[in-house]
Amino acid sequence: MEKPFAITLDVGSSLANKTGSWRTHRPVYVDRLPPCNNQCPAGENVQAWLYLAEEGRYEEAWRKIMEENPFPAIMGRVCYHTCETACNRGALDEAVGINGVERFLGDQAIKYQWRVEAGAPTGKRVLVVGAGPAGLSCAYHLARRGHAVTVLEGSDKAGGMVRYSIPKYRMPREKLNAEIRRIVDMGVEIRLNSPVEDLCAAIAHHGCDATFVAVGAQRGRHLQLPSTARVPVLDAVQILRDLEREEAVPLRGRVIVYGGGNTAFDVARSAVRLGAIESLVVYRRTREKMPAHRSEIREALEEGVTLRCLSTITHVGDGVLTAERMELDAKGQPQSTGETETIVATTLVLALGQDADLGLLSGVPGVRVADGLVEVDRNLATGAVGIWAGGDIVPADRNATVAIGHGKKAARQIDAFLRGEVLRRPVKHELASADKMNTWYYSDAPRAIRPILEAVRRTSGFAEVVGDYDEGTALYEARRCMSCGNCFECDNCYGVCPDNAVIKLGPGKRFEFNYDYCKGCGVCISECPCGAIARIPEAI
Amino acid sequence: MEPQIIKFYQTGSFAVGNRLLDDSQRSVQADMRRSNSLNSGHRACQGCGEALGARYAIDAAMQATKNQLIAVNATGCLEVFSTPYPETSWQLPWIHSLFGNAAAVATGVAAAMRVKGREEVRVIAQGGDGGTTDIGFGCLSGMFERNDDVLYICYDNEGYMNTGVQRSSATPPAARTSTTATLGADPGNVFGQGKFVPAIAMAHEIPYVATASVAYLRDLEAKVHRAMSLRGARYLHIFVPCPLGWGAASEDTIRLARLVVETGLFPLFEAEHGEVTGRYHIRNRVPVEEYLKLQKRYAHLFGKRPAVDTIGRIQAMADRNIRRYGLLGEEA
Amino acid sequence: MLKQTEGSHAVAEAVALCRPEVICAYPISPQTHIVEALGEMVKGGDLARCEFINVESEFAAMSVAIGASAAGARTYTATASQGLLFMAEAVYNAAGLGLPIVMTDANRAIGAPINIWNDHSDALSMRDSGWIQLFAETNQEALDLHIIAFRLAEELSLPVMVCMDGFILTHAYERVDMPAQAQVDRYLPAYEPRQVLDPRDPVSIGAMVGPEAFSEVRYLAHAKQLQALDRIPVLAAEFAAIFGRESGGLVHPYRTEDAETIVVAMGSVMGTIKDVVDEMRAGGAAIGALGICSYRPAPLAAIRAAVEGAKRVVVVEKSLAVGLGGILATDVRMAMSGLHLHGYTVIAGLGGRPILKSSLHRLFERAGRDDLEHVTFLDLNWDVVNRVLDRERAVRRSGSIAENVLRDVGVTSTPGV
Ligand SMILES: Cc1cc2nc3c(=O)[nH]c(=O)nc-3n(C[C@H](O)[C@H](O)[C@H](O)COP(=O)(O)OP(=O)(O)OC[C@H]3O[C@@H](n4cnc5c(N)ncnc54)[C@H](O)[C@@H]3O)c2cc1C
Ligand SMILES: Cc1ncc(C[n+]2csc(CCOP(=O)(O)OP(=O)(O)O)c2C)c(N)n1
Ligand code: SF4
Ligand SMILES: [Mg+2]
Repeated sequence: MEKPFAITLDVGSSLANKTGSWRTHRPVYVDRLPPCNNQCPAGENVQAWLYLAEEGRYEEAWRKIMEENPFPAIMGRVCYHTCETACNRGALDEAVGINGVERFLGDQAIKYQWRVEAGAPTGKRVLVVGAGPAGLSCAYHLARRGHAVTVLEGSDKAGGMVRYSIPKYRMPREKLNAEIRRIVDMGVEIRLNSPVEDLCAAIAHHGCDATFVAVGAQRGRHLQLPSTARVPVLDAVQILRDLEREEAVPLRGRVIVYGGGNTAFDVARSAVRLGAIESLVVYRRTREKMPAHRSEIREALEEGVTLRCLSTITHVGDGVLTAERMELDAKGQPQSTGETETIVATTLVLALGQDADLGLLSGVPGVRVADGLVEVDRNLATGAVGIWAGGDIVPADRNATVAIGHGKKAARQIDAFLRGEVLRRPVKHELASADKMNTWYYSDAPRAIRPILEAVRRTSGFAEVVGDYDEGTALYEARRCMSCGNCFECDNCYGVCPDNAVIKLGPGKRFEFNYDYCKGCGVCISECPCGAIARIPEAI
Repeated sequence: MEPQIIKFYQTGSFAVGNRLLDDSQRSVQADMRRSNSLNSGHRACQGCGEALGARYAIDAAMQATKNQLIAVNATGCLEVFSTPYPETSWQLPWIHSLFGNAAAVATGVAAAMRVKGREEVRVIAQGGDGGTTDIGFGCLSGMFERNDDVLYICYDNEGYMNTGVQRSSATPPAARTSTTATLGADPGNVFGQGKFVPAIAMAHEIPYVATASVAYLRDLEAKVHRAMSLRGARYLHIFVPCPLGWGAASEDTIRLARLVVETGLFPLFEAEHGEVTGRYHIRNRVPVEEYLKLQKRYAHLFGKRPAVDTIGRIQAMADRNIRRYGLLGEEA
Repeated sequence: MLKQTEGSHAVAEAVALCRPEVICAYPISPQTHIVEALGEMVKGGDLARCEFINVESEFAAMSVAIGASAAGARTYTATASQGLLFMAEAVYNAAGLGLPIVMTDANRAIGAPINIWNDHSDALSMRDSGWIQLFAETNQEALDLHIIAFRLAEELSLPVMVCMDGFILTHAYERVDMPAQAQVDRYLPAYEPRQVLDPRDPVSIGAMVGPEAFSEVRYLAHAKQLQALDRIPVLAAEFAAIFGRESGGLVHPYRTEDAETIVVAMGSVMGTIKDVVDEMRAGGAAIGALGICSYRPAPLAAIRAAVEGAKRVVVVEKSLAVGLGGILATDVRMAMSGLHLHGYTVIAGLGGRPILKSSLHRLFERAGRDDLEHVTFLDLNWDVVNRVLDRERAVRRSGSIAENVLRDVGVTSTPGV
């Protein structure tokens, strides 16, 4: 075409005009820290594995979990999932059912026997004392890094309190066993029935290069109650341990459980299952103040457990207990009122918390114990070179997830120590807080309901109460994830740029800015649903 | 387990794309092969809604017609920022003639295509609100009335932006423009004036009339597709915020285009042969203040003594739209 | 084929022979008969492969033409007077975009006062628009010029306006030689647009051009008209070869050899002028005439060559540059610059006022004696004019001049104030 001068132009010629020079601020893609990841005591990259799961890439999702936590099937049952409390989606409709998806993935792995290989042998040997979640987690992470691990466990089975305290209806044993077996299959040696009484001797005997101590807190706290001692007073932890061992447990008649934590409810709910006429939890504060999990309390009540709050037991009599009614003062502290009442009781179970037995550490130079806990630095190192400690024996929240996190952290430190390196802390990404998100783009999607066993069927045995997500539901829940702070390739930036200054790199490759043309308007930043674009000033 | 169809997607249909969806189910804008009909290097302001809306609409039309498309453009920002000699941003055959004649020029192009037996080539005319609702209105109405085979797209930024933000018949009440100063008893544009051209278009009983907003890409693209599936005169009125003229932050362009719909101030609907056939139901209703206060053109309503009455009158307009077009799904 | 027909109809038939593809029409007297006839031909199927579009205004008519032409269709429209002004913006635009649209202007006066009769004010108001403007002297030439116009327009990619006097030509039944389709096809090849809107080869037409290139664009428009100066005689010659008659060209000299007085004019008045020239020549006066066919481009050299040997030039024009005098005369003066000739401007025939042979006789005789004002208003009713002027000198008041004039000549019943 013989084009008239200036009036008629060749298409697309404006590419010669680099509008990027207008910019005063530039957008940059970032990965922000999703609140769930931030919250996870085991350091799971929750958003990342949900991302894989929502594409149906379950094995990859599972492997993503396994990078941080070797127990997805256990976590999917006993983890208190504070990630869900932190989840940004909670403000929109309801938090993502992270825990249920994790269980689904854990169970998939067991079903299809997915395995993890140990790392190339380093020739180093590590001793782990205690085969609870902390110890096993540490052993697993060390094995992945190629170190030989020997775990010394006092009991006849591995699993720690998860096995010896958490009842079967919450933690089916075949899942527990399967996840422990996978670690053993990696070459980790677990020596059962091997209680350590003197750590130094054990270290000398096993000739190891580093040690992780995670013996947990197994000793139930005791309380001396004025008693005419006709009602048996039992220890909650011991009862649960006996239950696991399938020894006869005297939870019959009217069972009174004293305490408001998860342990109390595990015992109370077990009592219901064992045929107790009454299962009553007595607690000195209000129901809201109970440390036990809401779901635990709710499920217990559904099963027939009763509560008596603002009540302290003051005397154990002949088939009756005396309880005093408490009142909250202005500060919310329970104060005695002097009013008493009696409670008919067959058995009283004390569920007042556990202490650690740290006798094995007494002769270890450098290791300090205060308030019944081992003093450690923020890398879980004790005062003794080459000895780390974690789980219930160090000052931290006491739960399996924290313990597993400790195991991982210690393993990383030990690995660095064995390699003669100093571990550099990774820079923590900025939090993907709700104000950085644009949640308009997420479809309304109420949370899926996890199937719950009917109460009547629960009380007749130790079948698992909280059911599994089927695949569809797991996928649905995974897809409810908003991928906070991390690009999930929704194409919004690519679409909303008025200047076509976003280059789409193709599936899985995300996007790039074309700074030749980006004018820095910031629309992509405003419209990024998950807050994965930051705005930074240009140096002008 | 029963095999089940997964219906839910992480971001449903609100985001531009969705990696979980099949290519064919994604928006045109999500497609790496989209035509970028209005390419980089254009001189629109940062965050220009009109630039965005034009690419959204034309890319969709290009896809719908397998690139057999010719565009006619009225004078205005879109024309000026896209084709200053020696560079054009357009990637399709495009012509600019005058401010007020885009619809008629398009009629001519369509006639030429018909007479040449090239009916697969489709024609779009486009212009700003001034070029559409004011100076080009005669030609527009003529094109409608003859039912010429043209899709006319109005990019409504509620004023004559290219000449420095003067009032048009699409400027809303109370808004400040350079010809409706915030002075006197009735600051800003007065109430009781202006026209809503989509309704007038419907009165022509043309095959298709629709409104859209750059914040609702899927809806916009669906409407372009519907329009291109029909022959005869069609009209699409797209709400496109103008950061410069409205005194809004450039990054708020889509936010404003969303709020105007969620307040009810701008109804999204479609109509065929004069009858409303579909409407967007407000998903998250918000009071008009949330929309108004992001724009300096309404700043005089939010001074030390907020103009509660005026805001109330604007809210009443939103409420009337909601009633008139049945914008609240269940309640309607 | 010879036939007796109305000028409008002859033009419509000629346009149809040119195989137009898009015709847009908006009615205005005295153009109506042309588009009515074309509309009928399209609707009746006599003119196949043609779109006839009834638009809502002249502005739309020219705009539709712009679109159709830019999309590669041979496009035609017709208008007059108010209509031409109503489309003015698009008229300039069509030329600026270099679109070979052909338009008939059935020349008519411009209001106010509204007047449907003939003069050239409408066409001349568009003289700087960039259009080529050809004036027909007769119905035969009017129809021939349309055929030439399409050829010229498409060769140069410029719009061409064929101007024919409203009523005088458009509504006159005269004998014309209507060419055969084969002849027209031989003369006018199929339209091959220089630039076209086509998805197969997309371009952006109608860019915004700033100071850095605007002058060049305008110069090129000028240069194109200069090219037209060369092409118009060539095309006229080719036309003569195929159709066997003279039509078009830049100028039509009539008995200018050794003429001392040369009368210059455009359009149908040339017929009257030629008669007067003949009569005066018979009386021994050295007088000739020069008909200007190509008003734009202005054939300055041809005019100069034609008048060089004369003593005086009398421009008789149906237009008035208010506050200046002649419009055509100004151009002719420019062609004469440096030549020491007397130049007279005669404003005649405004709003359909008949140009009488007797008046012309008197006029040319006075011119021969160099007894003419520089600007003469032919057959002006000085009584009326002076009365108004006197009154206005006495009393300053507003109001329509037209109404006051009519009151003076006793046509209105509105009581005087
Ligand atoms: C009733 C109850 C319910 C609970 N429910 C939950 C729950 O639902 N979710 C949750 O996250 N957490 C729960 N917890 C807490 C959780 O079980 C513990 O925090 C977690 O198990 C601590 O892990 P650990 O590895 O530090 O110690 P432990 O699990 O206590 O493991 C320590 C291991 O070391 C062994 N050991 C001890 N001493 C020696 C020694 N001297 N030599 C060799 N081996 C030794 C023990 O036999 C044991 O196997 C619950 C606790 C209780 C008591
Ligand atoms: C006949 C005519 N009158 C006025 C103008 C001046 N003019 C050019 S663009 C424009 C404003 C365009 O407003 P709108 O159509 O709303 O488009 P916007 O620039 O807001 O996108 C005006 C008044 C013109 N070019 N032509
Ligand atoms: S939405 Fe997803 S990524 Fe965000 S906090 Fe919740 S689970 Fe984590
Ligand atoms: Mg506008």
